[in-house]
Amino acid sequence: MKREFHVLLGLFAAFFGLYFLPVGHARFDGAVLEALHLAKWYAREHVLLCLLPAFFIAGAIGVFVRQNAVMKYFGPKAPKWLSYSVASVSGTILAVCSCTVLPLFGGIYFRGAGLGPAIAFLYSGPAINVLAIVLTARVLGFPLGLARAVGAIAFSVVIGLLMHLIFLKEERAKAAQPQEIFLGADDRPDRPLWQVALYFFSMVGILVFANWARPQETTGLWFAIFKAKWIVTALFAALLGFCLWRFFKVKLAYIVMAAVPAAVLAFALPQYPVATFAAGSAGLAALTFFGGAELKDWRNQSWGFAKQILPLLFMGVLAAGFFLGSPDSVDAGIVPNLWIQALVGDSPQALLSVLGHPNAVAPGWLTFLWPLWTNLFASVTGALMYFATLTEVPILRGLLDSGMGQGPALALLLAGPALSLPSMLVINSILGPKKTLTFVALVVVMATISGMIFGIIVR
Amino acid sequence: MKKIQILGTGCPKCKLLFANAEAAVKSAGIEAQIEKVEKIVDIMKFGVMSTPALVVDGVIKSAGRVLSPEDIRKLLA
Repeated sequence: MKREFHVLLGLFAAFFGLYFLPVGHARFDGAVLEALHLAKWYAREHVLLCLLPAFFIAGAIGVFVRQNAVMKYFGPKAPKWLSYSVASVSGTILAVCSCTVLPLFGGIYFRGAGLGPAIAFLYSGPAINVLAIVLTARVLGFPLGLARAVGAIAFSVVIGLLMHLIFLKEERAKAAQPQEIFLGADDRPDRPLWQVALYFFSMVGILVFANWARPQETTGLWFAIFKAKWIVTALFAALLGFCLWRFFKVKLAYIVMAAVPAAVLAFALPQYPVATFAAGSAGLAALTFFGGAELKDWRNQSWGFAKQILPLLFMGVLAAGFFLGSPDSVDAGIVPNLWIQALVGDSPQALLSVLGHPNAVAPGWLTFLWPLWTNLFASVTGALMYFATLTEVPILRGLLDSGMGQGPALALLLAGPALSLPSMLVINSILGPKKTLTFVALVVVMATISGMIFGIIVR
Repeated sequence: MKKIQILGTGCPKCKLLFANAEAAVKSAGIEAQIEKVEKIVDIMKFGVMSTPALVVDGVIKSAGRVLSPEDIRKLLA
């Protein structure tokens, strides 16, 4: 009976939604178009060259990086400085999937190195996983990508240490009775480190050089690299082929066959390197069917990430386009740019015009407090809001294009992915309300401060 | 009768491990009860750090990996 009632409610909602659908209003129609424009822009600019290799790399991390090797630094007996440093950076290779972060966090807290390193890992993990860094740097620009990675790593240690000091007494009591953790037997065949390193090096090379941006000047080293980027990318692809042949025992004939379509396209359509890149990726995917168990694992993991992340990202992009417009348009999203500028813009002028004083000069105290307010607002919103994996990137792109300042953007990036209302509830069930609130407050304060500093640096 | 527990917060990998465990039990033709453990605090009680994890009769057999149905069958034998 209850179920039927829910269906009825759903139908009612759909009916009223359609009945009052604002089709025909210029702003609404424009926003719908913007959503499609933005989706097209992403499909053209960011999927093939950036996301596709990133999925392959994330999948390879899942197969070849031994969690256990990293985990021993989180044990109760590991030196503390080591636990902190490993916790702050290991998100790059451990936290590819958001669902691995919370169990790891709980494990480190209850059984391992304790509250500080657990918090450090929880904070930096979502922000510095390989997909997040790559997409942030590509879509939001290199400075913001770098600031995000560096900020997340540095502040994770600071926040972890502060949490440890604030709750020092409890931590001491807990450390007196260490518990054993189960790391799991690892019976996978050992592969020499240099082989894995070379294999990752070739893939990262492909990712970096395929995405090499055109520099402003037309001379010098960066431009020379830009001009030769497809040749360099092809060399890295050849290196990857070599790795598959020598280390993974794929037959050389298969590798050559997989490379043929890409090579043909490279010479037939040199003006569309993307076509070559797509053919090469398809060839690589096909090759994973002709290797051993590791290649099968690799394919499954990469495919798993693609399946999990692409639909979310697609919806995130559509929403960002609808609400905020696309990069080529001016103020075409459903949310007026003025509102965004009035809340998180570079200067308080927009706020004054919203309040009805477009020509007024902002008083000194307002100008002085403005960065504090915008960054605080961005941090708190980011901390409460839930961003599905990676959707923070298109949404921020939209906000930046609508006039959000760089500082508040960083504040949102630092507070956003680490926290959300749902994740706070889970953290609360592990840590209890006192520690959770302290953690949230520290994150908001840190994100605000780093946003203010970044705002001053880039200006 | 064996008791199999799958520890995981509900991510795609955990669901895959659950399905594989079901397949393994079916193909081995043994009687077993398969149970999901999804609450993070309950998972922590097992002392596992990486999910998904497989527990048979209260003993942790694997953590952080999706075992294939054949692997699970060997563990059940």
